[in-house]
Amino acid sequence: MNHDSYSDAYIGDILARSRTIAMVGASANPSRPSYFAMKYLRQKGFRVIPVNPGQAGKEILGEKVYASLDAIGEKVDIVDIFRASDSALDVTRDAIKIGAKVVWMQLGVRNVEAARLAEEAGLQVVMNRCPKIEYGRLSGELGWAGVNSRRLSAKRPLLAPKGVQHRVLGVKA
Amino acid sequence: MSADRKPGFNTLAIHAGAQPDPATGARATPIYQTTSFVFDNVEHAAALFNLEAFGNIYTRITNPTQAVLEERVAALEGGTAGLAVASGHAAQALVFHTLLQPGDEFVAARQLYGGSINQFTHSFKKFDWHVRWADTTDAASFRAALTPKTKAIFIESIANPGGIITDIAAISAVAKEAGVPLIVDNTLATPYLMRPVEHGADIIVHSLTKFLGGHGNSIGGAIVDCGTFDWLASKRYPTLSEPCASYHGITLAETFGDFAFAIAARVLGLRDLGPAISPFNAFLILTGIETLPLRMQRHCDNALVVTTWLARHDKIAWVNYAGLPGNEFNALGKRYCPNGAGAVFTFGLKGGYDAGIALVSNVKLFSHLANIGDTRSLIIHPASTTHRQLTDEQRERAGAGAEVVRLSVGLEDVDDIIADLDQALASV
Repeated sequence: MNHDSYSDAYIGDILARSRTIAMVGASANPSRPSYFAMKYLRQKGFRVIPVNPGQAGKEILGEKVYASLDAIGEKVDIVDIFRASDSALDVTRDAIKIGAKVVWMQLGVRNVEAARLAEEAGLQVVMNRCPKIEYGRLSGELGWAGVNSRRLSAKRPLLAPKGVQHRVLGVKA
Repeated sequence: MSADRKPGFNTLAIHAGAQPDPATGARATPIYQTTSFVFDNVEHAAALFNLEAFGNIYTRITNPTQAVLEERVAALEGGTAGLAVASGHAAQALVFHTLLQPGDEFVAARQLYGGSINQFTHSFKKFDWHVRWADTTDAASFRAALTPKTKAIFIESIANPGGIITDIAAISAVAKEAGVPLIVDNTLATPYLMRPVEHGADIIVHSLTKFLGGHGNSIGGAIVDCGTFDWLASKRYPTLSEPCASYHGITLAETFGDFAFAIAARVLGLRDLGPAISPFNAFLILTGIETLPLRMQRHCDNALVVTTWLARHDKIAWVNYAGLPGNEFNALGKRYCPNGAGAVFTFGLKGGYDAGIALVSNVKLFSHLANIGDTRSLIIHPASTTHRQLTDEQRERAGAGAEVVRLSVGLEDVDDIIADLDQALASV
């Protein structure tokens, strides 16, 4: 498939169906983008499992850090890659091995070979996107910061139990 | 609407940013006339202040009515994000506050709105920001004005009041060569006539007061981040590419990617300098934007009829409107704004200064005032008003000589507009 642009339905579907995200390259430093993304996605109800060999055994935001995807030992929906593009191939091989459903490469991360491998193994692939930004864009939250969501709708957004900003991707509605 | 279908300009002008209100179902965008927003709890408050969560704290920084306006303008311009502020001047101040450090320079077109020339020349000097001037009709003059301290280039898409159509792509090439962002003031064209991002702009500013609001009732300004400039690669813009001391060391360009400039202008410039737009003004401007495509086309159509008539009048020495065949900017106009050359232009009276005074005194339908881009037709004689303080030589250079009159053609019946000019010119 074309990885230069994704439909809202494709991204929204992945976010709506997924609960557990393994974040490879998660940082313990609160000023790093990965820490921001992890904190935000947790607020939206995702379980985020940090993977970072340098931090293995420690905790980030109360979650145990694993040295590798192999070591997690539980079901993972999305493998979110906060690493340089050339590391994405090895991470993708591991993601296929542990039965993840989606390989998601962060903003600035692209690896065409990794994408091909994952798709051949039946996984979905997102490259050069941030799940925090995509969640915020599709839920309407990013509009509060003046961001162009590129979405139009004359439907009233659904109020979820925790307020409008929670789980109202509304892509299928 | 299907996810892959790109809506047209008219649809965006009405719908972009504005879903029905989630709390009440209100279809028009509500005016959130409140200073502040309650936090869910202490953690929520902390996450908002740290920029870890998106949400509202205080109307000086964000407001839901303002946010709809921001997304609307960003969508019309084809940018990644917008920021609405108190005025066009405030937008410019925040853009440069985000880009420049004390001692830095930028290159600006000499042919700008007079208020911008004042702001850049005098007020910015107090921040130790320094402008160097270039000729908007000559891209090479921008290259010649570059120095190692240059951090940006600033132009108007259609220059006010001279009727110049700027060759944005040519000046963008100079900016790219120099590795600096190109800022385009798109006030006179509006995104209906021209979208500077398609010609290489990196940042767009607007006075929303003019054609976007369009009804002469509200002052406002906007910044659009085109998402095209790589702040991290450049390393010359520490506000974006270095850890930010007032946000616990986060690096804005890393955290917010291709809309980091708009975020930085909001969470630093707007937060600390404070020129927020009122929610009520944001609402009025939003309502205006819904009819922008209709209004702007009629403004242009009327202007073409009026300028054609003026050009044949025996008391008129010259008319400077790019929409007229034979005008030196006619070809650039056809390339950059084929739907029309805007509705603001100047013309010269054979009778000089006294004729200018007589004309603005004699008109009955035209309003004699210092604004442009209203539903109403507007007239001004710069030499006796906005440019009064300048020497004769300075006035000539600014295109505001003794004989010059500026019009902003409104949406009245064009026959009535011409009849008013005709009767007023009869006694000049």
